[in-house]
Amino acid sequence: MSVAVDTGQSSHGAVAGASPQTDRRRRSEQWSRRGPLLPALIFTIVVTQLPFVVTLVTSFMNWNAYYPKERGFAGVTNFRRVLTNVSTRHAILTTIVLTATVVLVSLLLGMGIALLLDRKFFGRGAVRTMLIAPFLVVPVAAALLWKHALYNPQYGLFNGLLTSVWRLFGSNNPPQVDWITSQPLIAIEASLVWQWTPFMMLILLAGLQSRPLDIIEAARLDGASSWQVFRYMTFPHLRQYLELAGLLGSIYVVQNFDAVFTITSGGLGTANLPYTIYQTFYNAHDYGRASAAGVVVVIGTILIATFALRTVSTLFREESR
Amino acid sequence: MSSITQTGPIPATRAAAGAPRRPRRNRGGFVLGVTAWVVGLLFVLPILWMLLTSLHSETSAATNPPSLGAALTLQGYREFFGSATGTSPWPSLLNSITASVLSTILVLLLAIPAAYALSIRPVRKWTDVLFFFLSTKMLPVVAGLLPIYLFAQRARLLDNIVLLIVLYTAMNLPIAVWMMRSFLVEVPKEILEAASMDGAGLTRTLRSVVAPIVSPGIAATALICFIFSWNELLFARVLTSTAAQTAPVFLTGFVTSQGLFLAKVCAAAIVVSLPVLIAGFAAQDKLVQGLSLGAVK
Repeated sequence: MSVAVDTGQSSHGAVAGASPQTDRRRRSEQWSRRGPLLPALIFTIVVTQLPFVVTLVTSFMNWNAYYPKERGFAGVTNFRRVLTNVSTRHAILTTIVLTATVVLVSLLLGMGIALLLDRKFFGRGAVRTMLIAPFLVVPVAAALLWKHALYNPQYGLFNGLLTSVWRLFGSNNPPQVDWITSQPLIAIEASLVWQWTPFMMLILLAGLQSRPLDIIEAARLDGASSWQVFRYMTFPHLRQYLELAGLLGSIYVVQNFDAVFTITSGGLGTANLPYTIYQTFYNAHDYGRASAAGVVVVIGTILIATFALRTVSTLFREESR
Repeated sequence: MSSITQTGPIPATRAAAGAPRRPRRNRGGFVLGVTAWVVGLLFVLPILWMLLTSLHSETSAATNPPSLGAALTLQGYREFFGSATGTSPWPSLLNSITASVLSTILVLLLAIPAAYALSIRPVRKWTDVLFFFLSTKMLPVVAGLLPIYLFAQRARLLDNIVLLIVLYTAMNLPIAVWMMRSFLVEVPKEILEAASMDGAGLTRTLRSVVAPIVSPGIAATALICFIFSWNELLFARVLTSTAAQTAPVFLTGFVTSQGLFLAKVCAAAIVVSLPVLIAGFAAQDKLVQGLSLGAVK
């Protein structure tokens, strides 16, 4: 990753033939500007960029902590093993399905809720607060809550509600579902959708509330229907917020570890790439292969991140205009 | 303020738009309001259920159908804080507090000067620097895990809270720089110019002019960094074992006991989530700005 700290050359455009004295003053003025920035910049480079360089190097090495003598250069073997291994390929697929499902469903729900919250009604503040709450439960705690208090086949809330409803209609034979075993991936996705919908809702609501309302009111007076206003005015305005919410959400959900680790421990075919890497490294101690898988995740994320950065910079340019 | 939030005379138009509503729309509005309430309640239901279960005894927590009206007790909390597993949660909670608070302070100490150099008195190519910070946030944590683990092993920093503090600082620094920059650009240039004309030095300008304007922003940034550090599991799980174990790691190891444990788990989940819920509601207004890295206000 390139770092853009300028070296040399004045910020005010070098004037040809400037005396050495003004040159020196200009340089010291630049360093006084850079000074406050440097600690944060150097810290970030050392702590976040160096490890990735090491990971990249390790991904081309034959390195398993159980066989320390066999350490050496391995070429692309690790990558071949990662990409041909059935379980890793499955993990890549799981990661894509998990991320896409969670992000799309929470975007849709978030948009619906944001539209509901955009209008005035009694207790709007309270409803907004209730809707933010799921995002503010510690992820591990949320995963435990879904696994034990909601999904548990014997006494979880979901089966409990089924029993209550069936009893209400005089049946003593309610359907009881083993939610996690029958639909492990959906079980994880549901808990994540519950946590991420508030995130999407907040960003989309901010987008909705920045609409130019006078224009919309003018369109209404000209006889535009609610659907037309939504389709041709609200939605185009909301698009960049949808993109931003979706991309930021993807970046977080791709990395999800807590829910997979807690709800299924990666079992029942739910192991995603972060969990697989964790296992390859933590249990199997195959450093080379874990690093190669890590590089694969980085490449995948860079694809999303490029779009994300572009969206952010569009918003950013509009803001600084 | 940004041009995104600043869209002309919103208040006036909103008020005007509300007034001439026809009754037909009012009924629609009522239905939509009720729908919003129902959706809100559905989303908060799992949390209410968790709270109710945590206040039940283990036997009434584990019934099917659920026993809503069972007697309330603090037994679950009592067991969480002591007797149940034989291990007290306090060391983990204290570790979490230490890691979150100290890393948040470090983040602010690094981010505020950096944000200053990217807004009020910008360096050349400040946008590039800003986007460099953002790009580090987008690289998956898991890919850097192994080198960090190996380094910690060599440096004897495994199971040491200092390592977590450093990592959480790096994890939150980009968010804080972006947030703080978005607050600092809102300081009007005229005020700064006036201060320097009146002969105020840099320190005095920062302390008496800039600080009062951006202090709500600093508070919001701090709360959001605190939340992210408190929630973190992967690093803590891999890099700590007993001495530096944090609260989320403690939670993952909590459900090992035999027998009924639902009330205890719910009590544990609530206690561990409480600081985040408080911090989150305190920062509610600025939450979007933090979560979108300052891109949306």
